[in-house]
Amino acid sequence: MDARQGHRELEHTADWALEVWAPDMAALLAEAARGMYGLMGVVLAGGRRQQRQLELAAADRESLLVEFLAELLYLAESEGLAFDALELEAADGRLQGSLEGAPIESHTKDIKAVTYHRLKVRDTECGLLTRIVFDV
Amino acid sequence: MVELKDLRRISDHEWEIPTSVRADMRVPVRVFASLALLEAIGGDSSLEQAVNAATLPGVIGRVVVMPDVHQGYGFPIGGVAATELPHGVISPGAIGYDINCGVRLLASNVRFADVEGSIGDLASALDAACPSGVGTGGRLRLDERELERVCREGGEWARRRGWGNESDVARTEESGVLEGADFAKISHRARDRGRTQVGTLGAGNHFIEVEVVDEVSDAEAARAMGLAEGFLTVLIHCGSRGFGHQVCTDYVKSFQSAVERYRIRLPDRELVCAPLDSPEGQDYQAAMRCAANFAFANRQVLAHDARAAFAEALRGRTREPHLHQVYDIAHNMGKTEEHVFDGVRRRVCVHRKGATRAFGPGFEDLPPEYRAIGQPVLVPGSMGTASWVLVGTEGSMERSLGSCCHGAGRTMSRSRAKRTIHGGTLRQELEARGIRVRAGSLPGLAEEAPAAYKDVDAVVDAVEAAGIARKVARLRPVAVVKG
Repeated sequence: MDARQGHRELEHTADWALEVWAPDMAALLAEAARGMYGLMGVVLAGGRRQQRQLELAAADRESLLVEFLAELLYLAESEGLAFDALELEAADGRLQGSLEGAPIESHTKDIKAVTYHRLKVRDTECGLLTRIVFDV
Repeated sequence: MVELKDLRRISDHEWEIPTSVRADMRVPVRVFASLALLEAIGGDSSLEQAVNAATLPGVIGRVVVMPDVHQGYGFPIGGVAATELPHGVISPGAIGYDINCGVRLLASNVRFADVEGSIGDLASALDAACPSGVGTGGRLRLDERELERVCREGGEWARRRGWGNESDVARTEESGVLEGADFAKISHRARDRGRTQVGTLGAGNHFIEVEVVDEVSDAEAARAMGLAEGFLTVLIHCGSRGFGHQVCTDYVKSFQSAVERYRIRLPDRELVCAPLDSPEGQDYQAAMRCAANFAFANRQVLAHDARAAFAEALRGRTREPHLHQVYDIAHNMGKTEEHVFDGVRRRVCVHRKGATRAFGPGFEDLPPEYRAIGQPVLVPGSMGTASWVLVGTEGSMERSLGSCCHGAGRTMSRSRAKRTIHGGTLRQELEARGIRVRAGSLPGLAEEAPAAYKDVDAVVDAVEAAGIARKVARLRPVAVVKG
């Protein structure tokens, strides 16, 4: 496990929770996406790759995180797409990014939503740390 | 942190967290549970989340906590809070992402003993007829106009298309439609997600079970519902699918700024809310009612498909098999209702999240055949364990905001259940007990294992002992279909 960037699943009675850490906001968002796809058991299909451009603006870091992951959930359900190559820039509550991925071949769990429950993006000595609760 | 020592005993099955426990509480919290269940509840954040709910502006009377409560996000699962019209708030997170997640019970004229050898075929037929599982769409593809009709008409939309009868609609909470739904308040994203999802079960803890009535506690009420010992029933548990999830996501997002605008201070951002009479509050109510009606239509279509599968699978093995509706009830909903507080009748918005309405006898909202006995309350147990049919009582109206429990309630995290319970082994155990299992995902099956839940019989004993519901019948599962 990379001490500067990674994620792990936390115990939660009814839902799912992830702890995510990374050196900066862009990396935190990318790592959270990886963690969420991991919880969903997403397997990408081979073949033609797909790209999407993304621009989001939010009032604070927590809202940016929720909106970004909610966007990925929407794309997963409405277009059947998931992304494994994320180039993101995040600053001052704004996110710009290029997403590259492929159609979802299979996944094992649906996530209903990304919640704000006790959500806080904290500054640490190594960068940023957050805990995200998903409704499943 | 709220601790058990903070609770004051009212009776063996009723406890109070007084407003003195935390300075920001506007009303006390009333917990309905036995001491044993209370000790189980005390192990997670449920009670703290209930105390958080007691801080919502305009909250009135008490926040109610059911014995199947467990921690959720923001608001506890198994919690009820009423906020006063017109200026009290409405909180999307206190209703949940799966708006109008609920349960429908269908009862049959078929004796289990007559078709015992055909239950596997019946489970396969239900599995084939009712789309379930992750990312699964249904047979319907709705255009914009049709989706709008679903949102406006709810269960009646399905009935008009021949997917149900008048009795189905009458025996549904609110007759299967919440007034005041406005499709204009639904985002394009929610519309995209909803188009293919009417008539689908989904995954997670949603299921269809075939159950046998194995104990009748109240013969008169059971007769009114058409429930008789030894006969088969079908229980359907699902909600508003991605459509409802997106509606809640959209409004939790927009309410983040609304709380700033209305200077509302909250202990948890997931409880974001807006005054009921504000433009934001009005918009959310109109959208939430669309999602609620979507869910009523969803369960109506599933019931129709389940009926067809039931008749087909059992044709020739018993005489004219059919299923009639007992009731359909929501357990994630925000509803405008009238309740009495300190002797004064007031109009309130009742937030129920993981809790059902449980109106007592005499309410005109109930179908005529149920007015004398009270509203049916459907309490599915964990997979492979009993489910219960109860009725609401005068006590529920007086003490629990006309509400009751909604299930067994989780005690074990999903990740721990997956680690400690093997889906394949669980399926073998259930099959060995005579329960036919059709499951799309074995890890998903493990997450919903009975060991991950409280004992539903203990939960139901607690609500009956507390006087907020009365037992009618116990149902024993013989087949489980889940995504």
